[in-house]
Amino acid sequence: MTEFTTVTAPRLPSRERIVKWAPLLVLAFLILLFPVFEWLEDFRGGEDHFYLLDSRFFSIRNAARVAIAATPALMVALGVTFIIIMGSIDLSMEGTVSVTAVVFAFAFLAMGGTLAGHAWLAIPLALLVGAAIGFVNGVVHVKLRIPSFMASLAMGFVGTGLALLVTGGDRVRVEDEWFRSLLTVRWFSFPVMCYVALLALLAAWFIQSRTILGRNFYAIGGGEDLAKASGLNVERVRIMGFTLAGVFFALGALMAVGRIGIAETVTGKDFMFISITAVVVGGTALWGGIGGVWNTLVGVLIVNVINNGMVVIGLPSFLQDGVLGLLVIVAVVLSTNRKSISFVK
Amino acid sequence: MYALEKVDKRFPGVHALKAVDFHVNRGEIVGLVGENGAGKSTLMKVIYGAHQPDGGRIAIDGRAVRFQNPRQAMDHGIGMVFQEQSLIANLTVMENIFLGFERQFTAYGVIDWRAMAAAARTELAKVRLDIDPATITSRLSFAQRQLVELAKVLTIEGRVDGDLVILLDEPTSVLARAEVELLFGIVRDLTKRASFIFVSHRMDEVLELSDRIYVMKDGAVVDVVDRADADADAIQHKMVGREVDKEYYREQKQKPHGGEVLASFEGVSLEGAFEDISFELRAGEVLCLVGTEGSGREAILRALYGLRRPTSGTVTVKGRPVTRFTARDGVGRGIGYLPRERKVEGIVAGMNVHENMTLAQLPKYSVGGVLRVAAERRMARDWIDRLGIKTPSERTDCAGLSGGNQQKVVLAKWRSGGSDIFLLDHPTRGLDIGAKEDVYEMIREMSDAGAGILLVADTLEEAIGLGHTILVIKDGRFRKRFDGTPGRKPSLYDLLHHMI
Repeated sequence: MTEFTTVTAPRLPSRERIVKWAPLLVLAFLILLFPVFEWLEDFRGGEDHFYLLDSRFFSIRNAARVAIAATPALMVALGVTFIIIMGSIDLSMEGTVSVTAVVFAFAFLAMGGTLAGHAWLAIPLALLVGAAIGFVNGVVHVKLRIPSFMASLAMGFVGTGLALLVTGGDRVRVEDEWFRSLLTVRWFSFPVMCYVALLALLAAWFIQSRTILGRNFYAIGGGEDLAKASGLNVERVRIMGFTLAGVFFALGALMAVGRIGIAETVTGKDFMFISITAVVVGGTALWGGIGGVWNTLVGVLIVNVINNGMVVIGLPSFLQDGVLGLLVIVAVVLSTNRKSISFVK
Repeated sequence: MYALEKVDKRFPGVHALKAVDFHVNRGEIVGLVGENGAGKSTLMKVIYGAHQPDGGRIAIDGRAVRFQNPRQAMDHGIGMVFQEQSLIANLTVMENIFLGFERQFTAYGVIDWRAMAAAARTELAKVRLDIDPATITSRLSFAQRQLVELAKVLTIEGRVDGDLVILLDEPTSVLARAEVELLFGIVRDLTKRASFIFVSHRMDEVLELSDRIYVMKDGAVVDVVDRADADADAIQHKMVGREVDKEYYREQKQKPHGGEVLASFEGVSLEGAFEDISFELRAGEVLCLVGTEGSGREAILRALYGLRRPTSGTVTVKGRPVTRFTARDGVGRGIGYLPRERKVEGIVAGMNVHENMTLAQLPKYSVGGVLRVAAERRMARDWIDRLGIKTPSERTDCAGLSGGNQQKVVLAKWRSGGSDIFLLDHPTRGLDIGAKEDVYEMIREMSDAGAGILLVADTLEEAIGLGHTILVIKDGRFRKRFDGTPGRKPSLYDLLHHMI
């Protein structure tokens, strides 16, 4: 059988290996690309400029800026990563983030308005609200047999509506010094929220690689029929997946409020594009089963580096959205394996 | 008019067609019979242009032709009526008939539906089908769809000058007897316009319809008989015509079983799949279900596992009647299922060896929902050694393993979980000889260890060689039970005789 085994069991082809690492290469390329523009500009202006060394983009300060901007998006993207690994999709993030942010802010203020008092209870409350919204998402999707993108998209609108109803369109300020220390207190140039995000990332990694739930996500994404035939309760896993995603969306909401100190209906705006894009750019397959939280981290960084880099090199703001869209397409082309027809369809 | 001369086709590891000579005369109906794997489908694919031969020559009216794809074959008047119906269910009948050939009805890209409907009516009349061409295809019965399919192939007539050759692949497998009569009547009428190649598992139908019959075995044409001289027994003997190799199937290792009953069916029926099936599976027994494609064998396996709920009858596993039919309960009852499509239902691609092995037993390898990955990997390494699975490590993606090794991973998945009833659906499909022998060895070993094995074998030889007991199923009904004790094993012919 030797001859056949060697023919039919090839090692991971190098192409696949490249695809596996492509997102990281894209990120590295982008990080080296933007300083080139800075260098070009100074060169034309006749100023001294050492590539990278004199770069405003390639600096710790700017890295912290990128990290701060990326933190809420990373939380949301981690949540949706699990769903996409299952081969479903969750588009409720904007509504979920808005609702949890607003609920958190009101509860926080109602309970004394400072973390030093009872108001810390607003944090678990927000996470619970996120979980509840995710749970409803999952139940609607699984029990009513509505495609996940439709169920969650609808829930997202319900969430945005609720947030508007609760706030009446007003902004809710959360100015507690302790809570805002998420942003204001810095260790090694990076604010506390970045370390909280790191913890959440590690937790997500643990769930992905060390729990039954995480393993089941991959099994369902890789082969739902097989998962069923192996005795997995696929419906329950799906509902739990959406619930878990809701918790991560709520974490994203907390980070977003911590970052700007305001909760309002539009807090969740733009999270859909950024998180889904980040997951795909990071190399997690939309048809499920492939990818994971590290891919998502890289994807979130790619999107935020592009965003930040355009600002640093002074691209007019009216061009930025368009360029971001184009760059995302390029990043997807470079970093994902698009051979699968199910994705293209 | 249409002839293949010394046509050869090889696939990696398989010599699928060996110097096949084949011809069809004008207005003739040619039958093509052979066992699964005899090369019938490869031959058909060569004829309608889906495969290109490696050697030999294809000639139409004496002129050599070569088809790169089915479309080119169609342009030469060769059409195929598929067994797996190829109509698109959500389109109308006329859209299906002219799919890909709408040009003739368009002006500036806009389709003239009335013209298309009229043309479709003409085509439908050829197959004596009186339906509105605007009917959505999914509303039609199977028989009607089969006729629409035929009508679609007949549209080739309007596009080519020469004569037509139409392949019919198992066209009767889903039809009732009266519908078969109707179809045969239409085919006979159409011989004025076309020649037919008729492929079927049903010997009586082949004898009834064909003017000449080609018998294939192991990739070669072993006989051509005229209808006048055709005899079902003689043809069946030619289709098999070889002895079962005792050593190959580890027959010397077959031990008598006498264990308790692990599972039984009592008068179990599943609508549309099988009827009134009864059997007992004992510890240490290899029970083979034998029948043609679609005879209901797979459905029996799936019903025992819990993937399908029988409509009536009693399924008993380990002394207890089964009331809940879910895969989860099947796993809980100690049943391991090795499905036919490894890629779809056997292994999760993208998951590594140990993840696949523990998939059905995750609670056993976890505490409070947290996996004990080290324990998983230890178990996986143990089974990799025991079964000789060829993989760089237990962390290798299963999709990269060879078919035989994937199969072993699936077996390890169930054996490590303590299953003692194994449902094996074509466990050697697509494996090379060495890997097949490994699977046979494992089946013997499991049966020695007291497991009950329900096997749907890939070939009849396999069923005979491996089985303690062989049950023949035809059209969802139990036909005959054979004792498979070494020395008393039935011959291939015995089985085939009851199958078709």
